[in-house]
Amino acid sequence: MNWFTKTFTSSIGRKIIMSLTGLFLCTFLVVHLIGNFQLFKNDDGVAFNVYSHFMGHNPIIRTIEWGLVLGFGFHIYEALMLTTRNKSARSHKYDQFHAEQNSEWTSRNMGILGSIILIFLLVHLYNFFWRARFGTLDPDINKNDDLYKLVVSSFHQWWYVLLYVAAQASLGYHLWHGFRSGFQTLGLNHRKYMPLIKNFGYAFAVIVSAGFASMPLYFFFFTNEKGALLSDMPAVLHQLTLAFN
Amino acid sequence: MAGSNPNAKPMNLTLRVWRQPNRQTEGRIVDYKVKDISPEMSFLEMLDVLNEDLLHQGQDPVAFDHDCREGICGSCDLFINGRSHGPEKGTTTCQLHMRKFKDGDTITIEPWRANSFPVNKDLSVDRSAFDRIIQAGGYVSVNTGGAPDGNEIPIPKDIADRAFEAATCIGCGACVAACKNASAMLFVSAKVSQLALLPQGQVERATRVENMVAQMDIEGFGACTNIGSCAAECPVGISLENIAILNREFLTAKAASNNLA
Ligand code: HEM
Ligand code: SF4
Ligand code: FES
Repeated sequence: MNWFTKTFTSSIGRKIIMSLTGLFLCTFLVVHLIGNFQLFKNDDGVAFNVYSHFMGHNPIIRTIEWGLVLGFGFHIYEALMLTTRNKSARSHKYDQFHAEQNSEWTSRNMGILGSIILIFLLVHLYNFFWRARFGTLDPDINKNDDLYKLVVSSFHQWWYVLLYVAAQASLGYHLWHGFRSGFQTLGLNHRKYMPLIKNFGYAFAVIVSAGFASMPLYFFFFTNEKGALLSDMPAVLHQLTLAFN
Repeated sequence: MAGSNPNAKPMNLTLRVWRQPNRQTEGRIVDYKVKDISPEMSFLEMLDVLNEDLLHQGQDPVAFDHDCREGICGSCDLFINGRSHGPEKGTTTCQLHMRKFKDGDTITIEPWRANSFPVNKDLSVDRSAFDRIIQAGGYVSVNTGGAPDGNEIPIPKDIADRAFEAATCIGCGACVAACKNASAMLFVSAKVSQLALLPQGQVERATRVENMVAQMDIEGFGACTNIGSCAAECPVGISLENIAILNREFLTAKAASNNLA
Protein backbone atom coordinates (compact mmCIF):
# COMPACT_ATOMS: atom_id res chain seq x y z
CA MET A 1 0.00 0.00 0.00
CA ASN A 2 1.32 3.47 -0.73
CA TRP A 3 1.01 6.39 1.68
CA PHE A 4 -2.24 7.58 0.13
CA THR A 5 -4.20 4.35 0.48
CA LYS A 6 -2.63 3.82 3.91
CA THR A 7 -3.89 7.23 5.01
CA PHE A 8 -7.45 6.66 3.90
CA THR A 9 -7.74 3.08 5.13
CA SER A 10 -6.50 4.03 8.60
CA SER A 11 -9.14 4.55 11.26
CA ILE A 12 -8.62 8.33 11.28
CA GLY A 13 -8.46 8.48 7.47
CA ARG A 14 -11.79 6.71 7.15
CA LYS A 15 -13.29 9.12 9.66
CA ILE A 16 -12.02 12.02 7.62
CA ILE A 17 -13.81 10.70 4.53
CA MET A 18 -16.93 10.15 6.67
CA SER A 19 -16.75 13.72 7.83
CA LEU A 20 -16.00 15.34 4.45
CA THR A 21 -18.80 13.41 2.73
CA GLY A 22 -21.20 14.04 5.62
CA LEU A 23 -20.59 17.78 5.58
CA PHE A 24 -20.85 17.81 1.78
CA LEU A 25 -24.23 16.09 2.09
CA CYS A 26 -25.26 18.85 4.49
CA THR A 27 -24.72 21.43 1.74
CA PHE A 28 -26.86 19.32 -0.57
CA LEU A 29 -29.63 19.28 2.02
CA VAL A 30 -29.68 23.08 2.09
CA VAL A 31 -30.10 23.33 -1.69
CA HIS A 32 -32.68 20.56 -1.78
CA LEU A 33 -34.69 22.10 1.03
CA ILE A 34 -34.75 25.61 -0.41
CA GLY A 35 -35.77 24.31 -3.85
CA ASN A 36 -38.52 22.16 -2.41
CA PHE A 37 -40.08 25.07 -0.56
CA GLN A 38 -41.68 25.89 -3.91
CA LEU A 39 -44.09 23.06 -3.18
CA PHE A 40 -45.83 25.50 -0.85
CA LYS A 41 -46.69 27.86 -3.68
CA ASN A 42 -50.41 27.67 -4.26
CA ASP A 43 -49.99 27.57 -8.05
CA ASP A 44 -50.89 24.00 -9.00
CA GLY A 45 -47.19 23.14 -8.96
CA VAL A 46 -46.16 25.18 -11.99
CA ALA A 47 -43.09 26.76 -10.35
CA PHE A 48 -42.05 23.50 -8.70
CA ASN A 49 -42.21 21.68 -12.04
CA VAL A 50 -40.10 24.35 -13.74
CA TYR A 51 -37.55 23.94 -10.96
CA SER A 52 -37.50 20.13 -11.20
CA HIS A 53 -37.21 20.30 -14.96
CA PHE A 54 -34.15 22.52 -14.54
CA MET A 55 -32.63 20.23 -11.91
CA GLY A 56 -33.21 17.20 -14.14
CA HIS A 57 -31.84 18.67 -17.37
CA ASN A 58 -29.19 21.27 -16.60
CA PRO A 59 -25.77 19.75 -17.50
CA ILE A 60 -23.99 21.39 -14.55
CA ILE A 61 -26.55 20.06 -12.09
CA ARG A 62 -26.37 16.65 -13.75
CA THR A 63 -22.58 16.64 -13.24
CA ILE A 64 -22.85 17.66 -9.59
CA GLU A 65 -25.36 14.84 -9.23
CA TRP A 66 -22.50 12.38 -9.68
CA GLY A 67 -20.69 14.07 -6.83
CA LEU A 68 -23.75 13.44 -4.74
CA VAL A 69 -23.81 9.76 -5.71
CA LEU A 70 -20.13 9.47 -4.75
CA GLY A 71 -20.75 11.40 -1.53
CA PHE A 72 -23.48 9.04 -0.42
CA GLY A 73 -21.52 6.04 -1.69
CA PHE A 74 -18.37 6.85 0.29
CA HIS A 75 -20.30 7.97 3.37
CA ILE A 76 -22.20 4.70 3.52
CA TYR A 77 -19.18 2.58 2.62
CA GLU A 78 -17.02 4.14 5.33
CA ALA A 79 -19.88 3.90 7.82
CA LEU A 80 -19.95 0.17 7.14
CA MET A 81 -16.18 -0.29 7.39
CA LEU A 82 -15.92 1.72 10.62
CA THR A 83 -18.94 0.11 12.23
CA THR A 84 -17.62 -3.39 11.56
CA ARG A 85 -14.20 -2.36 12.88
CA ASN A 86 -15.75 -0.90 16.01
CA LYS A 87 -17.95 -3.93 16.62
CA SER A 88 -14.99 -6.29 16.39
CA ALA A 89 -12.93 -4.21 18.83
CA ARG A 90 -15.02 -5.61 21.70
CA SER A 91 -16.35 -9.10 21.07
CA HIS A 92 -16.94 -9.84 24.76
CA LYS A 93 -19.72 -7.52 25.86
CA TYR A 94 -20.10 -6.04 29.32
CA ASP A 95 -22.76 -7.43 31.64
CA GLN A 96 -23.47 -3.87 32.79
CA PHE A 97 -22.71 -0.99 30.41
CA HIS A 98 -24.08 2.46 31.22
CA ALA A 99 -22.92 4.72 28.41
CA GLU A 100 -26.17 6.67 28.80
CA GLN A 101 -24.63 8.11 32.00
CA ASN A 102 -21.67 9.62 30.18
CA SER A 103 -22.75 10.43 26.61
CA GLU A 104 -25.60 11.47 24.33
CA TRP A 105 -27.93 8.94 22.74
CA THR A 106 -27.57 10.33 19.21
CA SER A 107 -23.79 10.02 19.27
CA ARG A 108 -24.03 6.32 20.07
CA ASN A 109 -26.64 5.52 17.43
CA MET A 110 -25.32 7.15 14.27
CA GLY A 111 -25.30 3.83 12.39
CA ILE A 112 -28.93 3.03 13.22
CA LEU A 113 -30.05 6.56 12.41
CA GLY A 114 -28.09 6.46 9.16
CA SER A 115 -29.67 3.11 8.24
CA ILE A 116 -33.17 4.55 8.68
CA ILE A 117 -32.13 7.46 6.44
CA LEU A 118 -30.82 4.93 3.92
CA ILE A 119 -34.11 2.99 3.80
CA PHE A 120 -35.96 6.26 3.37
CA LEU A 121 -33.53 7.31 0.69
CA LEU A 122 -34.16 4.18 -1.40
CA VAL A 123 -37.95 4.59 -1.23
CA HIS A 124 -37.66 8.32 -1.87
CA LEU A 125 -35.34 7.88 -4.85
CA TYR A 126 -37.49 5.19 -6.39
CA ASN A 127 -40.74 7.10 -6.00
CA PHE A 128 -39.65 10.56 -7.10
CA PHE A 129 -36.23 10.51 -8.73
CA TRP A 130 -36.53 7.27 -10.66
CA ARG A 131 -40.02 7.91 -11.93
CA ALA A 132 -39.21 11.50 -12.89
CA ARG A 133 -36.01 10.57 -14.70
CA PHE A 134 -36.86 7.23 -16.25
CA GLY A 135 -40.65 6.92 -16.05
CA THR A 136 -43.36 8.85 -17.85
CA LEU A 137 -45.24 11.53 -15.96
CA ASP A 138 -48.25 13.51 -17.20
CA PRO A 139 -47.32 16.94 -18.59
CA ASP A 140 -48.46 20.09 -16.76
CA ILE A 141 -49.69 23.27 -18.50
CA ASN A 142 -46.09 24.20 -19.48
CA LYS A 143 -45.55 20.67 -20.87
CA ASN A 144 -43.11 20.02 -18.00
CA ASP A 145 -43.36 16.63 -16.29
CA ASP A 146 -45.93 17.05 -13.54
CA LEU A 147 -43.77 15.87 -10.65
CA TYR A 148 -45.87 18.07 -8.39
CA LYS A 149 -48.90 15.85 -8.98
CA LEU A 150 -46.90 12.78 -8.00
CA VAL A 151 -45.62 14.50 -4.85
CA VAL A 152 -49.10 15.58 -3.80
CA SER A 153 -50.66 12.16 -4.35
CA SER A 154 -47.78 10.45 -2.51
CA PHE A 155 -48.21 12.80 0.41
CA HIS A 156 -51.83 11.85 0.73
CA GLN A 157 -50.92 8.28 1.68
CA TRP A 158 -50.63 7.98 5.45
CA TRP A 159 -47.82 5.38 5.46
CA TYR A 160 -45.76 7.53 3.13
CA VAL A 161 -46.17 10.56 5.35
CA LEU A 162 -45.26 8.47 8.37
CA LEU A 163 -42.11 7.16 6.69
CA TYR A 164 -41.10 10.70 5.80
CA VAL A 165 -41.61 12.10 9.23
CA ALA A 166 -39.77 9.19 10.87
CA ALA A 167 -36.90 9.57 8.42
CA GLN A 168 -36.66 13.30 9.03
CA ALA A 169 -36.58 12.73 12.76
CA SER A 170 -33.69 10.32 12.21
CA LEU A 171 -31.95 12.84 9.99
CA GLY A 172 -32.39 15.49 12.63
CA TYR A 173 -30.83 13.29 15.30
CA HIS A 174 -28.09 12.18 12.89
CA LEU A 175 -27.16 15.79 12.24
CA TRP A 176 -27.58 16.83 15.88
CA HIS A 177 -24.44 14.86 16.57
CA GLY A 178 -23.05 14.62 13.05
CA PHE A 179 -22.58 18.29 12.30
CA ARG A 180 -20.34 19.05 15.24
CA SER A 181 -18.74 15.63 15.00
CA GLY A 182 -17.75 16.32 11.39
CA PHE A 183 -15.82 19.42 12.45
CA GLN A 184 -14.19 17.63 15.36
CA THR A 185 -13.04 14.83 13.05
CA LEU A 186 -11.37 17.33 10.74
CA GLY A 187 -9.54 18.71 13.74
CA LEU A 188 -11.59 21.90 13.69
CA ASN A 189 -12.15 22.14 17.42
CA HIS A 190 -11.04 25.39 18.95
CA ARG A 191 -12.23 26.72 22.27
CA LYS A 192 -13.14 30.02 20.61
CA TYR A 193 -15.26 28.56 17.81
CA MET A 194 -16.58 25.22 19.04
CA PRO A 195 -19.57 26.68 20.94
CA LEU A 196 -20.63 28.44 17.73
CA ILE A 197 -20.19 25.30 15.60
CA LYS A 198 -22.13 23.26 18.15
CA ASN A 199 -25.07 25.63 18.34
CA PHE A 200 -25.12 26.17 14.60
CA GLY A 201 -25.21 22.38 14.18
CA TYR A 202 -28.14 22.01 16.58
CA ALA A 203 -30.08 24.74 14.77
CA PHE A 204 -29.15 23.24 11.40
CA ALA A 205 -30.40 19.80 12.47
CA VAL A 206 -33.72 21.13 13.70
CA ILE A 207 -34.39 23.50 10.80
CA VAL A 208 -33.47 21.01 8.07
CA SER A 209 -35.41 18.08 9.48
CA ALA A 210 -38.44 20.17 10.42
CA GLY A 211 -38.32 21.84 7.01
CA PHE A 212 -38.42 18.56 5.12
CA ALA A 213 -41.01 17.05 7.45
CA SER A 214 -43.28 20.05 6.99
CA MET A 215 -43.93 19.14 3.33
CA PRO A 216 -45.66 15.76 3.68
CA LEU A 217 -47.46 17.03 6.78
CA TYR A 218 -48.70 20.12 4.95
CA PHE A 219 -50.13 18.19 2.02
CA PHE A 220 -51.62 15.44 4.18
CA PHE A 221 -53.39 17.70 6.62
CA PHE A 222 -53.96 20.99 4.84
CA THR A 223 -54.56 20.39 1.14
CA ASN A 224 -56.98 18.57 -1.12
CA GLU A 225 -55.98 15.78 -3.53
CA LYS A 226 -54.74 18.35 -6.03
CA GLY A 227 -52.53 20.19 -3.58
CA ALA A 228 -54.73 23.26 -3.17
CA LEU A 229 -55.02 24.58 0.36
CA LEU A 230 -58.33 23.49 1.93
CA SER A 231 -60.71 26.46 2.12
CA ASP A 232 -61.67 25.83 5.75
CA MET A 233 -58.09 26.23 6.90
CA PRO A 234 -57.21 29.05 9.29
CA ALA A 235 -56.40 32.36 7.64
CA VAL A 236 -52.84 32.29 8.94
CA LEU A 237 -52.00 29.32 6.68
CA HIS A 238 -53.40 31.13 3.66
CA GLN A 239 -51.16 34.03 4.49
CA LEU A 240 -48.19 31.69 4.85
CA THR A 241 -48.70 30.19 1.40
CA LEU A 242 -49.15 33.66 -0.01
CA ALA A 243 -45.71 34.45 1.35
CA PHE A 244 -44.30 31.80 -0.98
CA ASN A 245 -46.04 33.26 -4.04
CA MET B 1 -9.72 0.26 59.94
CA ALA B 2 -13.19 1.71 60.31
CA GLY B 3 -12.33 3.32 63.62
CA SER B 4 -11.78 6.97 62.75
CA ASN B 5 -15.37 8.12 62.32
CA PRO B 6 -17.76 6.60 64.87
CA ASN B 7 -20.80 7.87 62.91
CA ALA B 8 -19.88 6.03 59.71
CA LYS B 9 -22.31 3.15 59.57
CA PRO B 10 -20.82 -0.09 58.20
CA MET B 11 -22.46 -1.54 55.07
CA ASN B 12 -23.34 -5.00 53.82
CA LEU B 13 -23.02 -5.44 50.07
CA THR B 14 -23.54 -8.00 47.35
CA LEU B 15 -20.74 -8.13 44.80
CA ARG B 16 -21.10 -9.61 41.34
CA VAL B 17 -17.51 -10.26 40.31
CA TRP B 18 -16.12 -11.52 37.01
CA ARG B 19 -14.08 -14.66 37.71
CA GLN B 20 -11.89 -16.12 34.99
CA PRO B 21 -9.03 -18.54 35.77
CA ASN B 22 -6.80 -17.58 32.82
CA ARG B 23 -6.75 -16.24 29.27
CA GLN B 24 -7.78 -19.49 27.65
CA THR B 25 -10.77 -20.31 29.85
CA GLU B 26 -14.12 -18.56 29.62
CA GLY B 27 -15.18 -16.86 32.84
CA ARG B 28 -18.46 -16.01 34.54
CA ILE B 29 -19.93 -13.64 37.10
CA VAL B 30 -19.92 -14.99 40.69
CA ASP B 31 -21.90 -13.47 43.58
CA TYR B 32 -20.25 -12.71 46.93
CA LYS B 33 -21.42 -11.04 50.13
CA VAL B 34 -19.19 -8.66 52.08
CA LYS B 35 -20.11 -7.46 55.57
CA ASP B 36 -19.24 -4.49 57.79
CA ILE B 37 -17.67 -2.36 55.07
CA SER B 38 -16.76 1.09 56.35
CA PRO B 39 -17.92 3.98 54.13
CA GLU B 40 -14.43 5.40 54.56
CA MET B 41 -12.73 2.50 52.83
CA SER B 42 -11.58 2.84 49.28
CA PHE B 43 -13.09 0.47 46.74
CA LEU B 44 -9.85 -1.50 46.64
CA GLU B 45 -9.79 -1.85 50.43
CA MET B 46 -13.30 -3.27 50.18
CA LEU B 47 -11.95 -5.83 47.69
CA ASP B 48 -9.09 -6.57 50.13
CA VAL B 49 -11.75 -7.48 52.70
CA LEU B 50 -13.42 -9.79 50.19
CA ASN B 51 -10.08 -11.43 49.39
CA GLU B 52 -9.25 -11.97 53.06
CA ASP B 53 -12.63 -13.66 53.49
CA LEU B 54 -11.97 -15.83 50.44
CA LEU B 55 -8.51 -16.79 51.74
CA HIS B 56 -9.96 -17.75 55.13
CA GLN B 57 -12.48 -19.96 53.34
CA GLY B 58 -9.67 -21.60 51.38
CA GLN B 59 -10.82 -20.08 48.08
CA ASP B 60 -8.86 -18.38 45.33
CA PRO B 61 -8.79 -14.60 45.93
CA VAL B 62 -9.96 -12.25 43.18
CA ALA B 63 -7.10 -10.98 41.01
CA PHE B 64 -7.21 -7.23 40.34
CA ASP B 65 -4.56 -4.71 39.30
CA HIS B 66 -3.38 -1.99 41.65
CA ASP B 67 -0.13 -0.34 42.59
CA CYS B 68 0.11 3.22 43.95
CA ARG B 69 -3.39 3.42 45.44
CA GLU B 70 -3.13 7.18 45.22
CA GLY B 71 -4.51 7.84 41.76
CA ILE B 72 -1.30 8.28 39.81
CA CYS B 73 -0.23 4.94 38.37
CA GLY B 74 -3.36 4.01 36.44
CA SER B 75 -3.29 0.32 37.37
CA CYS B 76 -6.62 -0.04 39.14
CA ASP B 77 -8.71 -0.75 36.07
CA LEU B 78 -12.12 -1.89 37.27
CA PHE B 79 -15.42 -1.49 35.44
CA ILE B 80 -17.93 -0.88 38.21
CA ASN B 81 -21.70 -0.85 37.68
CA GLY B 82 -21.29 -0.23 33.97
CA ARG B 83 -18.81 2.64 34.29
CA SER B 84 -15.01 2.93 34.15
CA HIS B 85 -13.76 3.32 37.74
CA GLY B 86 -17.35 3.43 38.98
CA PRO B 87 -19.90 6.19 39.35
CA GLU B 88 -17.77 9.09 40.54
CA LYS B 89 -16.41 11.58 38.00
CA GLY B 90 -12.68 12.20 37.78
CA THR B 91 -11.43 9.36 39.96
CA THR B 92 -9.54 6.13 39.68
CA THR B 93 -10.88 3.05 41.46
CA CYS B 94 -8.37 3.44 44.28
CA GLN B 95 -9.70 6.96 44.92
CA LEU B 96 -13.32 5.84 44.87
CA HIS B 97 -14.72 5.56 48.36
CA MET B 98 -17.40 3.25 49.65
CA ARG B 99 -19.47 6.22 50.85
CA LYS B 100 -20.54 6.49 47.20
CA PHE B 101 -22.55 3.29 47.78
CA LYS B 102 -25.43 2.42 50.08
CA ASP B 103 -25.98 -0.40 52.55
CA GLY B 104 -27.58 -3.32 50.70
CA ASP B 105 -26.31 -2.30 47.23
CA THR B 106 -25.41 -4.84 44.59
CA ILE B 107 -22.21 -3.89 42.77
CA THR B 108 -21.15 -5.45 39.47
CA ILE B 109 -17.38 -5.52 38.90
CA GLU B 110 -15.99 -6.42 35.50
CA PRO B 111 -12.60 -6.15 33.81
CA TRP B 112 -11.96 -3.61 31.01
CA ARG B 113 -13.53 -5.14 27.91
CA ALA B 114 -11.61 -4.67 24.68
CA ASN B 115 -10.07 -7.27 22.40
CA SER B 116 -6.84 -5.30 22.63
CA PHE B 117 -6.85 -5.73 26.43
CA PRO B 118 -7.03 -9.51 26.99
CA VAL B 119 -8.08 -10.66 30.47
CA ASN B 120 -5.15 -12.20 32.39
CA LYS B 121 -7.20 -13.47 35.29
CA ASP B 122 -10.45 -12.31 36.92
CA LEU B 123 -10.36 -8.50 36.83
CA SER B 124 -6.76 -8.11 35.72
CA VAL B 125 -6.21 -7.21 32.06
CA ASP B 126 -3.12 -6.92 29.88
CA ARG B 127 -2.72 -3.31 28.75
CA SER B 128 0.62 -3.78 26.98
CA ALA B 129 -1.06 -2.61 23.75
CA PHE B 130 -0.70 0.89 25.24
CA ASP B 131 3.02 0.30 25.84
CA ARG B 132 3.50 -0.71 22.20
CA ILE B 133 1.71 2.44 21.02
CA ILE B 134 4.00 4.58 23.17
CA GLN B 135 7.04 2.66 21.92
CA ALA B 136 5.95 3.46 18.37
CA GLY B 137 6.45 7.18 18.90
CA GLY B 138 5.39 8.56 22.29
CA TYR B 139 8.85 9.81 23.18
CA VAL B 140 11.39 12.52 22.36
CA SER B 141 15.00 11.76 21.52
CA VAL B 142 17.52 13.55 23.69
CA ASN B 143 21.12 13.86 22.62
CA THR B 144 23.98 13.33 25.02
CA GLY B 145 26.46 16.15 25.62
CA GLY B 146 26.37 19.24 27.74
CA ALA B 147 23.00 19.70 29.39
CA PRO B 148 21.17 22.69 27.83
CA ASP B 149 19.65 25.26 30.15
CA GLY B 150 15.96 24.45 30.34
CA ASN B 151 15.00 28.10 30.64
CA GLU B 152 16.64 28.90 27.32
CA ILE B 153 13.72 27.43 25.39
CA PRO B 154 10.82 29.89 25.62
CA ILE B 155 7.37 28.27 25.87
CA PRO B 156 4.29 30.46 26.33
CA LYS B 157 2.58 29.76 29.64
CA ASP B 158 -0.76 28.72 28.12
CA ILE B 159 0.98 26.29 25.75
CA ALA B 160 2.99 24.84 28.61
CA ASP B 161 -0.23 24.47 30.61
CA ARG B 162 -2.02 22.67 27.80
CA ALA B 163 0.92 20.36 27.22
CA PHE B 164 0.98 19.64 30.94
CA GLU B 165 -2.75 18.89 31.00
CA ALA B 166 -2.24 16.38 28.18
CA ALA B 167 0.78 14.95 29.98
CA THR B 168 -1.30 14.04 33.02
CA CYS B 169 -2.70 10.97 31.24
CA ILE B 170 -1.89 8.01 33.48
CA GLY B 171 -2.48 5.36 30.80
CA CYS B 172 -5.24 3.71 32.79
CA GLY B 173 -7.36 2.67 29.81
CA ALA B 174 -10.63 3.96 31.25
CA CYS B 175 -11.23 5.74 27.95
CA VAL B 176 -11.03 2.49 25.97
CA ALA B 177 -13.16 0.66 28.52
CA ALA B 178 -15.93 3.27 28.50
CA CYS B 179 -16.01 3.75 24.73
CA LYS B 180 -18.73 1.95 22.81
CA ASN B 181 -16.13 1.39 20.07
CA ALA B 182 -13.26 0.46 22.42
CA SER B 183 -11.31 3.28 20.81
CA ALA B 184 -7.92 4.40 22.16
CA MET B 185 -8.06 7.82 20.53
CA LEU B 186 -8.11 9.80 23.79
CA PHE B 187 -5.04 8.03 25.12
CA VAL B 188 -3.12 8.41 21.84
CA SER B 189 -4.24 12.02 21.44
CA ALA B 190 -3.00 12.96 24.90
CA LYS B 191 0.56 11.92 24.12
CA VAL B 192 0.52 13.25 20.55
CA SER B 193 -0.74 16.69 21.51
CA GLN B 194 1.48 16.95 24.59
CA LEU B 195 4.59 16.46 22.45
CA ALA B 196 3.29 18.40 19.42
CA LEU B 197 2.75 21.46 21.61
CA LEU B 198 6.30 21.51 22.96
CA PRO B 199 9.52 22.50 21.14
CA GLN B 200 11.19 19.28 22.28
CA GLY B 201 8.59 17.28 20.37
CA GLN B 202 9.14 18.90 16.98
CA VAL B 203 11.95 16.65 15.72
CA GLU B 204 9.81 13.51 15.60
CA ARG B 205 6.51 15.33 15.20
CA ALA B 206 5.38 13.82 11.89
CA THR B 207 6.77 10.30 12.31
CA ARG B 208 5.39 10.17 15.84
CA VAL B 209 1.77 10.64 14.88
CA GLU B 210 2.06 8.43 11.79
CA ASN B 211 3.61 5.57 13.73
CA MET B 212 1.43 5.84 16.83
CA VAL B 213 -1.78 5.84 14.79
CA ALA B 214 -0.53 2.91 12.70
CA GLN B 215 0.24 0.97 15.89
CA MET B 216 -3.14 1.90 17.39
CA ASP B 217 -4.83 0.41 14.32
CA ILE B 218 -2.64 -2.72 14.39
CA GLU B 219 -3.61 -3.31 18.03
CA GLY B 220 -7.26 -3.48 16.93
CA PHE B 221 -8.75 -0.57 18.86
CA GLY B 222 -11.98 0.85 17.40
CA ALA B 223 -12.34 4.15 15.56
CA CYS B 224 -13.60 7.30 17.25
CA THR B 225 -17.18 8.44 16.60
CA ASN B 226 -16.85 11.47 18.86
CA ILE B 227 -19.19 10.08 21.50
CA GLY B 228 -17.26 11.56 24.40
CA SER B 229 -17.65 8.75 26.95
CA CYS B 230 -13.84 8.64 27.13
CA ALA B 231 -13.38 12.24 28.23
CA ALA B 232 -16.34 11.97 30.62
CA GLU B 233 -14.78 8.95 32.35
CA CYS B 234 -11.13 9.98 32.21
CA PRO B 235 -9.88 10.27 35.80
CA VAL B 236 -7.59 13.20 34.97
CA GLY B 237 -9.92 15.04 32.59
CA ILE B 238 -8.12 14.70 29.24
CA SER B 239 -10.40 16.64 26.87
CA LEU B 240 -11.79 15.89 23.41
CA GLU B 241 -9.86 18.88 22.07
CA ASN B 242 -6.83 16.59 22.12
CA ILE B 243 -8.52 14.23 19.67
CA ALA B 244 -9.05 17.14 17.28
CA ILE B 245 -5.36 17.98 17.66
CA LEU B 246 -4.47 14.35 16.95
CA ASN B 247 -6.57 14.36 13.76
CA ARG B 248 -4.98 17.63 12.67
CA GLU B 249 -1.49 16.31 13.37
CA PHE B 250 -2.27 13.11 11.49
CA LEU B 251 -3.65 14.90 8.43
CA THR B 252 -0.81 17.39 8.17
CA ALA B 253 1.81 14.68 8.75
CA LYS B 254 0.29 12.46 6.07
CA ALA B 255 -0.03 15.33 3.63
CA ALA B 256 3.40 16.86 4.14
CA SER B 257 5.86 14.32 5.55
CA ASN B 258 8.51 12.79 3.31
CA ASN B 259 7.41 9.32 4.28
CA LEU B 260 6.17 7.56 1.13
CA ALA B 261 5.60 4.16 2.71
C1 HEM C 1 -27.52 7.18 3.84
C2 HEM C 1 -27.36 6.71 4.97
C3 HEM C 1 -26.42 7.21 6.01
C4 HEM C 1 -25.73 6.39 6.83
C5 HEM C 1 -25.79 4.89 6.85
C6 HEM C 1 -24.92 7.22 7.71
C7 HEM C 1 -24.11 6.75 8.72
C8 HEM C 1 -23.24 7.49 9.46
C9 HEM C 1 -22.37 6.98 10.46
C10 HEM C 1 -22.27 5.53 10.92
C11 HEM C 1 -21.64 8.00 10.94
C12 HEM C 1 -20.54 7.85 11.94
C13 HEM C 1 -20.75 8.48 13.19
C14 HEM C 1 -19.64 9.40 13.51
O1 HEM C 1 -18.54 9.22 12.97
O2 HEM C 1 -19.84 10.30 14.28
C15 HEM C 1 -22.06 9.17 10.24
C16 HEM C 1 -21.54 10.41 10.45
C17 HEM C 1 -22.00 11.52 9.82
N1 HEM C 1 -23.02 11.60 8.92
FE1 HEM C 1 -24.07 10.08 8.17
N2 HEM C 1 -25.13 8.52 7.42
C18 HEM C 1 -26.03 8.56 6.37
C19 HEM C 1 -26.52 9.68 5.77
C20 HEM C 1 -26.12 10.94 6.08
C21 HEM C 1 -26.68 12.12 5.52
C22 HEM C 1 -27.83 12.17 4.52
C23 HEM C 1 -25.98 13.15 6.06
C24 HEM C 1 -26.09 14.62 5.85
C25 HEM C 1 -26.79 15.24 5.06
C26 HEM C 1 -25.00 12.62 6.97
C27 HEM C 1 -24.11 13.39 7.69
C28 HEM C 1 -23.17 12.91 8.57
C29 HEM C 1 -22.19 13.70 9.27
C30 HEM C 1 -21.99 15.20 9.18
C31 HEM C 1 -21.43 12.81 10.04
C32 HEM C 1 -20.28 13.19 10.96
C33 HEM C 1 -18.97 12.79 10.42
C34 HEM C 1 -17.97 12.61 11.52
O3 HEM C 1 -18.33 12.32 12.65
O4 HEM C 1 -16.80 12.74 11.27
N3 HEM C 1 -25.11 11.27 6.98
N4 HEM C 1 -23.05 8.84 9.34
S1 SF4 D 1 -6.78 9.51 28.45
FE1 SF4 D 1 -7.61 9.47 30.56
S2 SF4 D 1 -8.83 7.57 30.57
FE2 SF4 D 1 -7.48 7.41 28.80
S3 SF4 D 1 -5.66 6.33 29.52
FE3 SF4 D 1 -5.21 8.53 29.76
S4 SF4 D 1 -5.85 8.98 31.87
FE4 SF4 D 1 -6.78 7.01 31.37
S1 FES E 1 -3.75 2.06 42.07
FE1 FES E 1 -2.53 3.61 41.10
S2 FES E 1 -4.06 4.83 40.20
FE2 FES E 1 -5.25 3.47 41.36
